[in-house]
Amino acid sequence: MSILTWTYLFVGLSFSLYLFIAWRVRVKDTQGFYLAGRDVPAYANGMATAADWMSAASFISMAGLISTMGYAGSVYLMGWTGGFVLLALCLAPYLRKFGHFTVPEFIGDRYESNPARLIAILCAVFISFTYVAGQMRGVGVVFSRFLNVDISTGVMIGMLIVLIYATLGGMKGITWTQVAQYWVLISAFLIPTIAISIQLTGSAIPFIGMGSTLLESNISGQSVFLLNALDSTLREFGWHSYTEAFQGKWSQFNVFATALTLMVGTAGLPHVIVRFYTVKNVQAARWSAFWALLFISILYLSAPSLASFSRYYTIHTLNGVSSEKLPAWFHSWEKTGLILWLDDGDGIVRYSGDSTNEIFRSGKLSTKEIEAIKAQHALWLTTNSDSGINGRQLMIDKGLNGPDRDIIMLAAPEMAGLSNWIIAFVAAGGLAAALSTASGLLLVISSSIANDLYFRTLNPKASEKNQLLVGRIAIAFAVFVAGYFGLNPPGFVGQVVAFAFGLASASFFPAILLGIFNKRVGTIPAISGLLVGIGITAYYIINCVFFGGSRWTFGFVENGITPEAFGFIGMLLNFTVTLVLTPFFPAPSKSMQATIESVRQPE
Amino acid sequence: MTALLFLWFFFSLGCGILWVEYLNQFHLPGTGFKLGFWFAQQGSIISFVLIVLIYAILMNKADQTNPKK
Repeated sequence: MSILTWTYLFVGLSFSLYLFIAWRVRVKDTQGFYLAGRDVPAYANGMATAADWMSAASFISMAGLISTMGYAGSVYLMGWTGGFVLLALCLAPYLRKFGHFTVPEFIGDRYESNPARLIAILCAVFISFTYVAGQMRGVGVVFSRFLNVDISTGVMIGMLIVLIYATLGGMKGITWTQVAQYWVLISAFLIPTIAISIQLTGSAIPFIGMGSTLLESNISGQSVFLLNALDSTLREFGWHSYTEAFQGKWSQFNVFATALTLMVGTAGLPHVIVRFYTVKNVQAARWSAFWALLFISILYLSAPSLASFSRYYTIHTLNGVSSEKLPAWFHSWEKTGLILWLDDGDGIVRYSGDSTNEIFRSGKLSTKEIEAIKAQHALWLTTNSDSGINGRQLMIDKGLNGPDRDIIMLAAPEMAGLSNWIIAFVAAGGLAAALSTASGLLLVISSSIANDLYFRTLNPKASEKNQLLVGRIAIAFAVFVAGYFGLNPPGFVGQVVAFAFGLASASFFPAILLGIFNKRVGTIPAISGLLVGIGITAYYIINCVFFGGSRWTFGFVENGITPEAFGFIGMLLNFTVTLVLTPFFPAPSKSMQATIESVRQPE
Repeated sequence: MTALLFLWFFFSLGCGILWVEYLNQFHLPGTGFKLGFWFAQQGSIISFVLIVLIYAILMNKADQTNPKK
């Protein structure tokens, strides 16, 4: 069977499975809709959290990012797992004991203030929308690359599937589909990674393979470690070394602050926190944090291995070959524009980190534009630069040097020489990763609007049935808005994600942490802290990213702080403002102080 | 808990970022990993899992031995 048939088969099968699960566990009350009836076992909640957390970006792009960044890519690995330690130790068990539906609800009730609740709702909705737009886009990309359908058709199909199982099953439906999606995505990630590990190093365990010697070098007599070979190859071809720390714009301060921002942001993301409300009790919340991190670490330990394998493999299979000898995976991904070759006239491929590079990607350029550039470049070559345009210079000016980073994951099965059905399985895995994250986020949006805004603020007398209906309408509405952004992506999705993390770390994390561990913090200091943290982070990121404002150095940071790292500063300011103001304003009510006290007591 | 948070900081931000250049002089025995690089890309994640595991065991035990007042 062809790849296309296999892909239709796998995608069809996995989608039917998700719909079947949703139909089996459909719900009738708000407890079930928002909290899955609070009877999810810890390991299942852990798996669901893992699927919820690992998005299209983790699955498709992260290995590629690490692959091009080398050491600096560690910020994503540490940031997106280390946050769970903070979550498990400082937030999850206490929030579970406080016993609410959502994060805005905690902030509103703890600080006894509706304005605080409103700020939290706005943050939660904004963070979730930026995130979910990326997921919908991810669905579209997988569809278009593997199934040859238009990106917009892909987004529509994805919307429809999420719409059905999220409105039908609420949190309960989402939880159990996420458990299934976890298995699909983790096996789709591990199979090609293990295969390429065996091929290069002979080790079936990727993270051991990464530290092992190369197989081909063993045959020739002198054994060379993969990482050493990679370092010297990269230097030889004009890149910086793979394992050396703090290269280029990644100064030590920026690596530190970005990692910390991502960690704290992870701990403050509403769709992850809300998962810990679904388990039976505090003990189960602690266990499910452990299971979640364990399941996540399986992918996060393999991703850096895949990154180093593929980097080594791409450089070695591309460099020095003539056009007839280009590997098969190159041709199949050339069609998608993820990778293309513009020769300098010698007929031999050179993929390097300096001006002699001949490997590019098409980025946002259309097929027509690429064809035009290729034609002009060919003319430029044959006429000895009398007419036509130097395509290589043009691509460098457009910033399209090197292949698209997504190719590292997407082409991995082909690089490892695996059969068709595994390539198709990877497509199903990418969809599982995108859909599971999207559905978790949509539920946060729905609960923020239906529970926090409608029930807790606008119409506290609403009946159970009424609330459930509003919840379902809100989720459907959210799917359409998310779908719209998936179809018409704002051109800056990448930067916006930095925004989501910066905002989460500057707003939710300090507010929740102080809310639990400091009885004395009252309404006004908390709101001021929130506003200062959010305000300054938003100002800095918007100014840097959209208006080209200069970066702050505080006199010691080389090249200034990157926008991705700024959430760390926002968080510090939030803490400072709240704590400095606290002694001057009244403490929370006696009953609230007693509640906080009881939350910290063992059960 | 403070001790566990200290370990969290020590293994990730400490060994992975602050002292990475010093640790990179050494290799993880028998492998091609530079020690600092290993902490940044593998060791920190492994230590996170262990920290959360120890926390879950210790706290749940504490809950059992100190029943509600």
